[in-house]
Amino acid sequence: MRIHPRYTQRLAVTILGGATLLTLAVLVFIIVFVLEKGLPVVNFRFLLTNAEDMGRSGGIFTTLIGTIVLPLLAIIVAAPLGISTAVYLTEYTLETKVTKIIRFGTDCLAGIPSIIFGLFGFIFFVTTLGLGWSILSGGLTLAFMILPTIIRTTEEAVKAVPKSYRQVSFSLGATRWQTVKRIILPNALPGILTGIMLGIGRSIGETAAVIFTAGSSLRLPTSIFDSTRTMAVHFYILAREGLSSENAYGTAATLIIAVLAINLTAYWMMGRFIAKRS
Amino acid sequence: MDCKFDIQDLSVYWRGNLSLKKVSLKISSSQILGIIGPAGSGKTTFLRSLDRMNELEPGFKAEGRVLLDGEDIYGAGYDAVTLRKKVGMVFALPVALPMSVYENVVYGPRLAGIRNHDRLDELVEQSLTAAFMWNEVKDRLDMSGLRLSGGQQQRLCLARVLAMEPEVILLDEPCSGLDPISTAKIEEALTELKKKYTIILVTNNTKQAARIADQTAFFLMGELIEMGVTDRIFTAPVHKQTDDYVTGRFG
Repeated sequence: MRIHPRYTQRLAVTILGGATLLTLAVLVFIIVFVLEKGLPVVNFRFLLTNAEDMGRSGGIFTTLIGTIVLPLLAIIVAAPLGISTAVYLTEYTLETKVTKIIRFGTDCLAGIPSIIFGLFGFIFFVTTLGLGWSILSGGLTLAFMILPTIIRTTEEAVKAVPKSYRQVSFSLGATRWQTVKRIILPNALPGILTGIMLGIGRSIGETAAVIFTAGSSLRLPTSIFDSTRTMAVHFYILAREGLSSENAYGTAATLIIAVLAINLTAYWMMGRFIAKRS
Repeated sequence: MDCKFDIQDLSVYWRGNLSLKKVSLKISSSQILGIIGPAGSGKTTFLRSLDRMNELEPGFKAEGRVLLDGEDIYGAGYDAVTLRKKVGMVFALPVALPMSVYENVVYGPRLAGIRNHDRLDELVEQSLTAAFMWNEVKDRLDMSGLRLSGGQQQRLCLARVLAMEPEVILLDEPCSGLDPISTAKIEEALTELKKKYTIILVTNNTKQAARIADQTAFFLMGELIEMGVTDRIFTAPVHKQTDDYVTGRFG
């Protein structure tokens, strides 16, 4: 028996729409749940005072600092390295077996569980290089963890720049580097920024790799050789040790708002940039 | 008339396939050479051999010599970037870069290191005037080039090439996507420009070659069949294939 196209069409709309609605609902539920439990605790005092009694009382000031410094260091290291690698792979090398293997390698690297990176960071940065549990060890480990994401998103963004732009640039006597600087990078910037945002998001939310490499000190770090604790790690420890579920949700709510704020800023910046160029 | 390009036995291979067969011809300065021939005859490959754009694609190999002012551009040590500053190209599809009209025009000069604002302004006005579009855009130089119409974009491409102050201009079917009025404007500009530049025009429109080319070359299946003064090619071709093509009796 054949169903009339009118009904299959209706069925398709229902299923597709339903899936979208379900996804949205789950997302909204999680955010509302965390904010509802956490927001009552969040105020300026909570944000700006140090944790007391292992976090049972007091605020989250030092973890706020840790959450800013670690991803920042990770991005400062990973972005130039990742963008350069991606540009080299797409613009300076022809598509060969070697580039395919490198690409396959980065894809695999992107799928490795973060705790493996944590273990690597612990063995290499913390013990072998003797950097100890520190912002430096943690930041470098996170940098390696997000490098594959930045490389792949940058590659896609660079490839999406029309080939005709490159041709025009070369035909006007540009070198490859001039073409990269004046045409490729400005046009790929929105895509590259997306990769960087994904990287920031991943490193802000990371716990396993951070505990292994940056430790979980609640003291205010004074240099990049000091240990620190991020909000994500703080939340994990508070919840896991049963220290204070109120403060745990307060931390989680702050984390969600921070990520939201970063993303909104990035979109706003990107929108302004695109508007300026078209 | 001076000989600008002297091409000797130029063969081109794409991934091992011979697609241009021992083409030899001389191109004089201060005139328009029209190149005609059916699709796949090697016109574009030939044109792109003259500013070494082909080598940006994988699988390209050239044999023979291409002398520009007596120097082999495929010789060891000849720099492709320097060559492309002397030999500009306008592509079949108009491509405005995603930047303002002004920045589009000064793209080449900026690459060459010109920073002086007065000099850049002067180049913009000169080039856009020569491309017959200064009056249309002089009040909108800050506007994105992407917002121009197709015909305007193609004249912008021509102005962009002129701003580099090249010696030779290569055009690859520059009017294939344009309406008759835009085409007429481009042709008018080219007729004016040939006094100063060597112009090589690949066209699928034999009438266009008949209208504006001084010399015409006919390509077929990767070979140069014949070349001569345009009037003679169209009225008294030596080869039967040329006759068939220009009279539209081809195939």
